[in-house]
Amino acid sequence: MRPELEQEVVRRQRERARIMAVLLGAFVVLLFLITVAKVGMNW
Amino acid sequence: MPAIEIPQTAALPADWRDFLALTKPRVMSLVVFSGLCGLLAAPVMPPLVLGFTAILCIALGAGACGALNQWYEAELDGRMRRTARRPLPAGRMERQSALHFGVGLAAFSVLLMGLAANWLAAALLTVSILFYVLVYTVWLKPRTAQNIVIGGAAGAFPPLIGWVAASGRVELLPVLLFAIIFLWTPPHFWALSLFVRSDYAAAGIPMLPVVAGLAATRRQMFLYSLAMAAAAVAPWPLGLTGPVYGASAAILSGVFVVLASRVLSSRATEPGQMGAEKHLFAYSVFYLFALFTALVADRWVAG
Repeated sequence: MRPELEQEVVRRQRERARIMAVLLGAFVVLLFLITVAKVGMNW
Repeated sequence: MPAIEIPQTAALPADWRDFLALTKPRVMSLVVFSGLCGLLAAPVMPPLVLGFTAILCIALGAGACGALNQWYEAELDGRMRRTARRPLPAGRMERQSALHFGVGLAAFSVLLMGLAANWLAAALLTVSILFYVLVYTVWLKPRTAQNIVIGGAAGAFPPLIGWVAASGRVELLPVLLFAIIFLWTPPHFWALSLFVRSDYAAAGIPMLPVVAGLAATRRQMFLYSLAMAAAAVAPWPLGLTGPVYGASAAILSGVFVVLASRVLSSRATEPGQMGAEKHLFAYSVFYLFALFTALVADRWVAG
């Protein structure tokens, strides 16, 4: 693989990994808030 | 028809923007809006975070539909100018990635809806996704000129799902909201397909203007507009909404029918001359936003 192509692959993988991390973090927070709301409703 | 080769292996991992494009964000905005209005019009208000999650699930379900639709129609999209630059026909993404993304998003949205809202809303979300992907995309779209009539039902689910997510029950008003979008879809899409029919013909999709001709399409658009107007006004005399919604629905639907009658009397054959059709198409988007806004205003401001 050409070096500039390899660099682009790494850049895209990093960008996707960063976005995945943010989404997973948001999901954890959302699950926590859902649990709090459900407990409040005597679920 | 010449077959177009779809690149099966993209040289690079797909960019995240291409995954976002797979979800058809512009279509999603109308789906989210109608789902939100269904939720806000319901008699029971869930806690904010649960309401937000329900709308998020509707959005993710719509995104899954978009991704699975583009996965299945990658080759077809490559034949139409309007869709040739999408991630799959342009070769920026592997087909399998789109499939995995779509299935994953669909399963995630249904499970989260069941856990956060209720399992009836999750079941309706499942039905709407399967209906869009299997009944519309795979079965009807390539086979019959009535494709968008029945396929339109998939787009009509969001306000019903929003209502059920909030209240846990299916009632008459959300069923009427379903009927409004169901009957709105044919005049909306056929207006578009009248002025881009060469694209559909090139792709071999049997849209009504291609199969039945312009006059028959314009007649059907007008008839559906009348039925849609009746369904839109019905909640008021039935005592399901107040006068704010009733008056808005009457005025908005009246304008819709007038614009549809202009399309009915149009004899234009070239897209460049189809001012009435383009006008109706643009108005139809505004109509749905305005009608559902009036519904929520009726419930929250006047109700």
